[in-house]
Amino acid sequence: MALTTIGTAARQGSARQGSAAFTQQRRDIAGSLFKSVILLSLVLSLTILAVLIFDTVADGWDQLSTRTWDFLNGSLRSRSIDDKLGVKQGLYGSLWIGIIVALSAFPVGVGAAVYLEEYAPKSRWTSIIELVIRNLAGVPSVVYGLLGLFLFVERSTIFGFLGLGWLADATGGRSVLSAGLTLAVLVLPIVIITAQESVRAVPSGLKEGAYGLGATKSEMVRTQILPYAAPGILTGTLLAMSRAIGEAAPLILVGAISGGLTRNPDLWDTSGLREKFTALPIIIVEWVSERGRDPGFATAAAAAIVVLLALVLLLNMTAILLRNRFEKKRG
Amino acid sequence: MTTGQEIMLDPFKTKGSYEDQNMTATDERAEEPEPGPSVEADAERTERPVEGTGIFDAEELNVYYGDFRAVRDASLKVNKNEITAFIGPSGCGKTTLLRCFNRMNDLIEIARVTGSLRYHGVDLYHPKVDPVEVRRQIGMVFQKPNPFPKSIWANVAYGPKVAGLAKKGPAMDDIVENSLRKAALWDEVKDRLDENALGLSGGQQQRLCIARAIATDPDVLLMDEPCSALDPIATTRIEELMHGLKDDYSIVIVTHNMQQAARVSDRTAFFSVEVSADSDTRTGILVEYDSTQKIFSNPSDERTENYVTGRFG
Repeated sequence: MALTTIGTAARQGSARQGSAAFTQQRRDIAGSLFKSVILLSLVLSLTILAVLIFDTVADGWDQLSTRTWDFLNGSLRSRSIDDKLGVKQGLYGSLWIGIIVALSAFPVGVGAAVYLEEYAPKSRWTSIIELVIRNLAGVPSVVYGLLGLFLFVERSTIFGFLGLGWLADATGGRSVLSAGLTLAVLVLPIVIITAQESVRAVPSGLKEGAYGLGATKSEMVRTQILPYAAPGILTGTLLAMSRAIGEAAPLILVGAISGGLTRNPDLWDTSGLREKFTALPIIIVEWVSERGRDPGFATAAAAAIVVLLALVLLLNMTAILLRNRFEKKRG
Repeated sequence: MTTGQEIMLDPFKTKGSYEDQNMTATDERAEEPEPGPSVEADAERTERPVEGTGIFDAEELNVYYGDFRAVRDASLKVNKNEITAFIGPSGCGKTTLLRCFNRMNDLIEIARVTGSLRYHGVDLYHPKVDPVEVRRQIGMVFQKPNPFPKSIWANVAYGPKVAGLAKKGPAMDDIVENSLRKAALWDEVKDRLDENALGLSGGQQQRLCIARAIATDPDVLLMDEPCSALDPIATTRIEELMHGLKDDYSIVIVTHNMQQAARVSDRTAFFSVEVSADSDTRTGILVEYDSTQKIFSNPSDERTENYVTGRFG
């Protein structure tokens, strides 16, 4: 009884205020202001990006529009009006670096992530290791360049002492292999972290279901964890690849060439792996610094930037398409 | 009894012989049948003789999560070809206890089990017992339907495949068909076996999970609140299915739903929570274990009576 009375009273009360409260327009000045500010920040960042891309494409248009194919196929030259000027060596170098990074960072990163998530005991050591990996992802790339120099390029005392001196012999010193491996070490923490997150996102129901049916741990990992985490792992790896392709500083340290290369091996010629190399970011740096001597290089540098951007964009788009495809399959 | 034991023990021999390890409870069971009068009385109440053939024999079983004791001194026997229900309020440790029966608690790092739990006389927690082999014989159906994001066929074939019972081909197709038939799902899915299992309804998914568990040809099915995520119609279908499965399997079911326990089970264990006065920790205890009819009509413990009559919990 008491309940009904209260209910009726409440209904009457709201009815009395209702008509006024519902029809009166609220003037939320702070709210609209906040909305305008966050919209402005979005517009600002997109504008900067658009101007940057537009400016670069416009600067490089002379090279790209008149001799696209020649520019992609040409090589490093000392004069910007040279008919054979182009980025082929850098493009191949960057592609090779991307492939080496994917082939080496992917298995190691996924392995480390699965171990940390599924096998490692939940101890203080594990937490410390995870913290270290997270910090490694933030270490400046120059530092990795130094590591690559001592580990893959030169036979340094410290790594020789650790029994890793053979690495420098195997890579051939200042080679695209050294550069790829250095950048693989650089992106490894990123691959591990994204793979770890994908592995952690596997529903526990799937894991329990597999165990409940008599699967061993490795069968569970192979049949449940890896297929389910595959889209995330793939996306992470491809994004790490595009990050690696854009790096310049470590490449300078491991000895990328900015002058002319004597030999131009084909993309499928694996003997080129242990030879001197260059890459798109290095070419860009080189041409930008040359533009004082020969203003035509400014146009060439802008065109090279467009090529690099297109490459990175292509990788990112592949990542998104692959992820969507896998996720659809997952249902 | 001895022949039965030999057959049942066989799968465990993959990890070595246990005869010399004193793992078999050789003659203990001979002394176990309950006193005459109660046997006769129970035989009248249920169709099955209550002493039955024991498959699980838990004695003074304790489960700890770290320092926290989740289940204290649970002792009970589960009989062959019966449905045994675990009922009780939330947090009383019934699911925890169920997960001891196929060593699923091993997956929780801090979980620890003391006491003895014998399955056909074999100590399930003996260091030489392989939990993977245990789970192949003692299947489990979970609270939330958890089909793999694969085809219906691949879901059912998963267990036999990892157990090496069959490879892709007619032999596996037979296993898949038989399991789906036993789970009363065949007619609904026979034309779309290669479709993703996640496209099935909740009730169908749970029956698929039962089919998946049956496919490894287990001896026992453990069901952890299998109907709690389902609507009443799907629940009824699962309950009917359980009645049919009883002839081939022994079933242990955890349920929140007392009516369900009353409807489907032969024997019921009532668990309760004991709150420690000084440390405020909650421990699950087995209050009473008897034939379902007795638990629901004439329980010997006051706490059981309060629970089944709805005065508590």
